[in-house]
Amino acid sequence: MTASLPLSPWSAASLTLVPLVWLGIRRMRSPATAVGGNTLGAMAMTGFVALAAIEHGLWKSPAAWAWGLGGAVAGGTLAARARMIRMPELVALFNGLGGAASAIVAALALRPGSASSGVLSRAAAPPAAAIGVLTFTGSLVAVLKLARVLDARPIRFRGQVALNRILLAGMIGGTLAGPWMNGTGTPAAAALMLLFGGAAGVTILLGVGGADMPVSISFLNALSGAAAAVAGFAVGHPAPVAVGIVVGAGGLLLTNDMCRAMNRSLGDVLAGRIASAPSPVLPEGAVPAAMPPSPNDPVAALRSARRVIIVPGYGMALAQAQAAVRRLYDALSRRGVEVWFGIHPVAGRMPGHMHVLLAEVEIPYDRFKDLEEINPLFGDCDVAVIVGANDVVNPAARTAAGTPISGMPVLDAGAAKTVVICNLDRQPGYAGVPNPLYDRPHVTLCLGDAAETVVRLAEALERC
Amino acid sequence: MTALFWVGLLAVCAVSGYAVLRAVPPLLHTPLMSGMNALSGIAMIGAMAALSDADSVGVEIAAGIALALATANAVGGFAITDRMLRMFARRSERKPS
Repeated sequence: MTASLPLSPWSAASLTLVPLVWLGIRRMRSPATAVGGNTLGAMAMTGFVALAAIEHGLWKSPAAWAWGLGGAVAGGTLAARARMIRMPELVALFNGLGGAASAIVAALALRPGSASSGVLSRAAAPPAAAIGVLTFTGSLVAVLKLARVLDARPIRFRGQVALNRILLAGMIGGTLAGPWMNGTGTPAAAALMLLFGGAAGVTILLGVGGADMPVSISFLNALSGAAAAVAGFAVGHPAPVAVGIVVGAGGLLLTNDMCRAMNRSLGDVLAGRIASAPSPVLPEGAVPAAMPPSPNDPVAALRSARRVIIVPGYGMALAQAQAAVRRLYDALSRRGVEVWFGIHPVAGRMPGHMHVLLAEVEIPYDRFKDLEEINPLFGDCDVAVIVGANDVVNPAARTAAGTPISGMPVLDAGAAKTVVICNLDRQPGYAGVPNPLYDRPHVTLCLGDAAETVVRLAEALERC
Repeated sequence: MTALFWVGLLAVCAVSGYAVLRAVPPLLHTPLMSGMNALSGIAMIGAMAALSDADSVGVEIAAGIALALATANAVGGFAITDRMLRMFARRSERKPS
């Protein structure tokens, strides 16, 4: 007669730590408590590891200490040294490492002589190996694209879609066959799953463009959680299952948010397709009629402004212009101007990217407003200052059909009395759709490196 | 019984996880993602099981690499999340004049 719970006492004990993880995430609701929330998560993780070390007697194994400490030092150093501008790459890189670890664990569970050899293990190990290695190679491609080693535009080759389908079918087939495999077939299956997953990660992510990174990174995050959870089934331990599924849920939640913000489906983004839904055509009356021409001097407009909305985009990150933006914010605030930041959910390369950059320069976060909150304010706004943003303020998203941004909800910056655009040049944004805003009479262009153009505006305001 | 346990565990954790995750504002989405990321270092547990179960040098090295990678993921992930969150916390104390 076996015990009623399929667990060792140690792994059963580790389940008591799971609520600590939930509590930690709950504390991420507000910036004031979030640091403590993260610490709670780290404490729970330490507890999981300590219990597993006791269960397997690894605490007295020098090899285990060496591997673990080696990883800890490498990860800690990387995290401490990295500059904030490198954050998207770093998040993607760490994500990939977790996926790789899950893939190795799952592949080892499939070897003959593995301690985990039940039906559950044979069913779970093949998909865990495939998803884990897909997360790993996919994240590496994302890192190379974010670091601009690889072209940030979608990289396509002939037969890419067909190849993706074949690889996906192979992974599904291997997963379905898993429970019926005998001991001798499993190593080959493990190797094939690693191959399919690894190749799929590369071919899928190569086809995804830089501006779609917020979706891709969120999705890879979800996959790393899924890989950990399924690998948990493979080794029969509840902790990876419990924690992995939370990570998977979080990743999916963010993926969904990002997709909604672009009006595209996950499938469209991963396949590099443009929005399939017909774009809603704006009724004639809603298009702002001819605006009175603004003074061509942006400083004069800012000087007499009561309310200013700053719209940051990925260009602000590229130009590292956040300190300049802070200076402009200070100069305006000192003059008693009401300043808001309108932040589009997919501005930047990961969810919340703009928030982190602005937090780095200590701009109070009660000044940030999301898409839905900020749009009604543009109509009563004297100056909208756009810093390195294009697609997210492009009114063509509402009017043009069949473009990558058609139907994407955009920031209504054009509704401001005066619009100052601090972009590098007049080139269309990443989506390649010309921005009609540039030619409106109430729009002033300050072209060039945003770090310089924005500082120039701030300096002019400070002088008077 | 066994199957029921695993399915139940999965369901409870997915639902409670989703409930707490939903409440995190877009303001903190990057730290949230990075914190989730650190949690996927839970693969350490599987790597430790594999390491203790190693029956050859090859398996031991593979499991060791998995342990190192997962630990790097967890430690680096929590550290970077902490760094980011401190920037937000710092700002909440300082209001514009």
